[in-house]
Amino acid sequence: MSLQIGVPRETYAGEKRVATVPDVVAKLVKLGFRVAIESGAGDAANFPDDAYRAAGAEVMPTAAQLWATSDIVFKVRPPTPAEVALMRAGGMLVDFIWPAQNPELMQQLAAKQATVLAIDALPRQLSRAQKMDALTSMAGISGYRAVIEAANAFGRFFNGQVTAAGKIPPAKVFIAGAGVAGLSAIGTAANLGAIVRANDTRAEVADQVVSLGGEFVKVDYEEEGAGGGGYAKVMSEGFQQAQREMYAREARASDIIITTALIPGKPAPKLITAPMVESMKPGSVIVDMAAEQGGNCELTEPGKAVVKHGVTIVGYTDLASRLATQSSTLYSNNLLRLTEELCKTKDGVVNVDMEDDAIRGLTVIKDGAITWPAPPLKLPPPPPPRPAVAPPPKAKGHGEPSGPMPVGKTAVLFGVAAVLFLLVGRYAPASFLAHFTVFVLACFVGYMVVWNVKPALHTPLMSVTNAVSSIIAIGALVQIAPDLSALPAGVTRPNELIRWLAVAAIALATINMFGGFAVTKRMLGMFRK
Amino acid sequence: MISTSLATVAYLGATILFILCLGGLSNQETSRRGNAYGMLGMAIAVLATVFGTQVTSAGLPWILGAMAVGAVVGVYAARVVQMTQMPELVALMHSLVGLAAVLVGYANFVDPAVAAMLTPAENTIHEIEMYVGVLIGAVTFSGSLVAFGKLSGKIGGKPLLLPARHWINLVGLIVVVYFGVRFVTAHDASMATTAMIVMTVIALLFGIHMVMAIGGADMPVVVSMLNSYSGWAAAATGFMLNNDLLIVVGALVGSSGAILSYIMCTAMNRRFLAVIAGGFGSDGGAPKPAAAGGAQPAGEVTPISATETAELLKDAKSVVIVPGYGMAVAQAQHTVFEITKALRERGVNVRFAIHPVAGRMPGHMNVLLAEAKVPYDIVFEMDEINDDFPDTDVAMVIGANDIVNPAAQDDPTSPIAGMPVLEVWKAKNSIVMKRSMASGYAGVDNPLFYKENNRMLFGDAKKMLDEVLAALKA
Repeated sequence: MSLQIGVPRETYAGEKRVATVPDVVAKLVKLGFRVAIESGAGDAANFPDDAYRAAGAEVMPTAAQLWATSDIVFKVRPPTPAEVALMRAGGMLVDFIWPAQNPELMQQLAAKQATVLAIDALPRQLSRAQKMDALTSMAGISGYRAVIEAANAFGRFFNGQVTAAGKIPPAKVFIAGAGVAGLSAIGTAANLGAIVRANDTRAEVADQVVSLGGEFVKVDYEEEGAGGGGYAKVMSEGFQQAQREMYAREARASDIIITTALIPGKPAPKLITAPMVESMKPGSVIVDMAAEQGGNCELTEPGKAVVKHGVTIVGYTDLASRLATQSSTLYSNNLLRLTEELCKTKDGVVNVDMEDDAIRGLTVIKDGAITWPAPPLKLPPPPPPRPAVAPPPKAKGHGEPSGPMPVGKTAVLFGVAAVLFLLVGRYAPASFLAHFTVFVLACFVGYMVVWNVKPALHTPLMSVTNAVSSIIAIGALVQIAPDLSALPAGVTRPNELIRWLAVAAIALATINMFGGFAVTKRMLGMFRK
Repeated sequence: MISTSLATVAYLGATILFILCLGGLSNQETSRRGNAYGMLGMAIAVLATVFGTQVTSAGLPWILGAMAVGAVVGVYAARVVQMTQMPELVALMHSLVGLAAVLVGYANFVDPAVAAMLTPAENTIHEIEMYVGVLIGAVTFSGSLVAFGKLSGKIGGKPLLLPARHWINLVGLIVVVYFGVRFVTAHDASMATTAMIVMTVIALLFGIHMVMAIGGADMPVVVSMLNSYSGWAAAATGFMLNNDLLIVVGALVGSSGAILSYIMCTAMNRRFLAVIAGGFGSDGGAPKPAAAGGAQPAGEVTPISATETAELLKDAKSVVIVPGYGMAVAQAQHTVFEITKALRERGVNVRFAIHPVAGRMPGHMNVLLAEAKVPYDIVFEMDEINDDFPDTDVAMVIGANDIVNPAAQDDPTSPIAGMPVLEVWKAKNSIVMKRSMASGYAGVDNPLFYKENNRMLFGDAKKMLDEVLAALKA
């Protein structure tokens, strides 16, 4: 019996996202599941009921019916107590849960004997978990949206322009924190033409910042800030002092500040103080992406955009939801990848395999037993940096003059050649020497000519040289019936034997002669522009 | 009847035409004319010989008969050969030259008229020339036959590694030299004949052994090396017969093959002697598990379907296709061209990247793509295109493995370390089409498959590409 996946409408005020989009419905059906959707669930994200129906989902009029009939429920926001009450006993829920922040919710779900997969509890350091990483998808969207919100509140262009009316300087954007959201914001702002500077306590992200078109601002203090799982850690007092000075400096110079600094399980660090906001130019914008965790700016009011000291401070906590179509699509793709992992048999039945590191990490409640937090992963230690291989010398292109050989090697070569020539000259008869001269010169001519042949024509070259080497037929031709009048008396020549040998040699060489030229012609005829 | 001087001048003309023939291959536009020069040169050389002083009219019927047979067979073979079978055909034709050289050498050996006209010093030189000519011819003959067998799949591609094979070769060489001395100093015909036959047998065995010990990936080197040998065999025959035309042409072909072998070796970062001495996994102990540790790629491969591949290709602005021997085996070049055409019609910039040793002979891939009517101005050499991969959206690898292995650059312990490779992993996405996860000819695991931006499209290249094409057109 295949299971039913239910997708209710999000009930949180202002939440526009939906956990599954029609495209993904079709793929879930292919995996063997039945999919049910609450009427209107996708409306806010521009996915009407009809689209779901067309993709093979059953549309249910009420949340109560949906929750009651579904074996598995896909959601975005953590369920409200009312929703938990609707949930089927022993059902399964895939959702953002934030177990650390929501202990009561965990208790309620456990009481339902539920199995809960918290998408936010995914062990992100597993490379194969990346396809399910909804936090990353959402953060990327939020980072993009943050720049759009900033542009909306900002009274000038982002890119510098020289117009007939005068020169417009580009906007200066500073981005605090270069995680997924920060990097997305850097890329978006740089694409809009702003001058982007960014900082992060993890020095190793500097390259990524630069690759997206930003400039990395360093704090003048030596400390390594990478915590576990790709997050930053709390820094020492000395570092924080240096960091504050850097932020004060950047605040004075910037038109737009976007802050993304989060430390897991702790309130967001207060990076931008009230005096820093005061020091900013009027009309400047701060987008505080950490507003939900208290904000990186002292003056942030979560969920609102306020103007203080002439600076617009945007504290929206629903940036991803503001791009609902996009974020729903990505989120439901993440859930689809997760479902594929759960249902490797593709028969519409899930198997919560607690031996699988990714699934183990996600599962916060299993059949009513709280299994959160998961034991730390035993990741293999990162491979020690390998000694860099010296790049191989670039292969010589054709026709390129090859560099001169080392003097020593040249001297040896010349020496050997001289000795060989000496020996030949000393012992060989004159008739041989004439041929030898021709031979050596021909080798050089061949060498010069063939280096100019294009690699693309190497196969025709081989077949044509093959054809040309059938010149050996000449050797057989001169033996088949030579003029024997000069033959000294008394010497008998086995004419028959020689003739047959020669005939065979001629036949073989002619195969080559005709075959080689014909096939070369055929090949060369195919090369066309 | 043509006089001796006229024949000499005709030979000179033929020589020049042959040089122009090779020179013409320097680019595609002039190559067809080059081939015509070659044919003209050959016709002049043969006619000048047949109607020259060295052939009496008694030989004409024989010559005509033999050439007619050869011409029919040759033209027929050239007509029916598949472009994917070019390496086999070329190897087979090398063996014919080798055999012809052996026959000419033997004919010369049994001809008493030759020795009767020479001074003793000249005779010694002549005997050495004869001996060497037959030796090279025999090695070329048997080696090319084995190469043909390997390329056509009649003999397994795995290197056959006899114990102490270097010693076997060395003993063979010593025996050949010993009998060479006996041959030159021989006073009676029977001793000379024995020496000649023993040497021929050893040369044949040596040729077989040499090519049997070479692995499939080294085949381009072997084919070009045998090409070179067939040239040297012709040159040796020229010395034997005092014929400058043969010497010149032999030297041209010999140096051409030698250069190709050198290029192939450079492209694999291998020493010529190492290739000749035996395939991968012989004395270097290459495929030791994990190649001395730390080199085993970690992670997992991400498969992709043909439909998704088509989607990826459609959305790309720039696509680079890297064909390998697998494309030739699956006969997929025509489908590749259809896909190329479909993508180019959509405005996608599609290009081809050819590694020098892709396939089983130098330039093999170019010929296949040309056969499928891929315009040659979108087909690029490794050096021309390697820097463009970072700006490429999708790099599609069809049936190639070692030539796109990043371990060659990253892992000094890898058996293919230092080999120049196509840097497909620098593209935004790479798709590798492969039948299974088996490693390439070098027996080296490929970390490319485990890269995050790499996708694997498993299945027969032809079948999968047909599906991709269908999805593209849908």
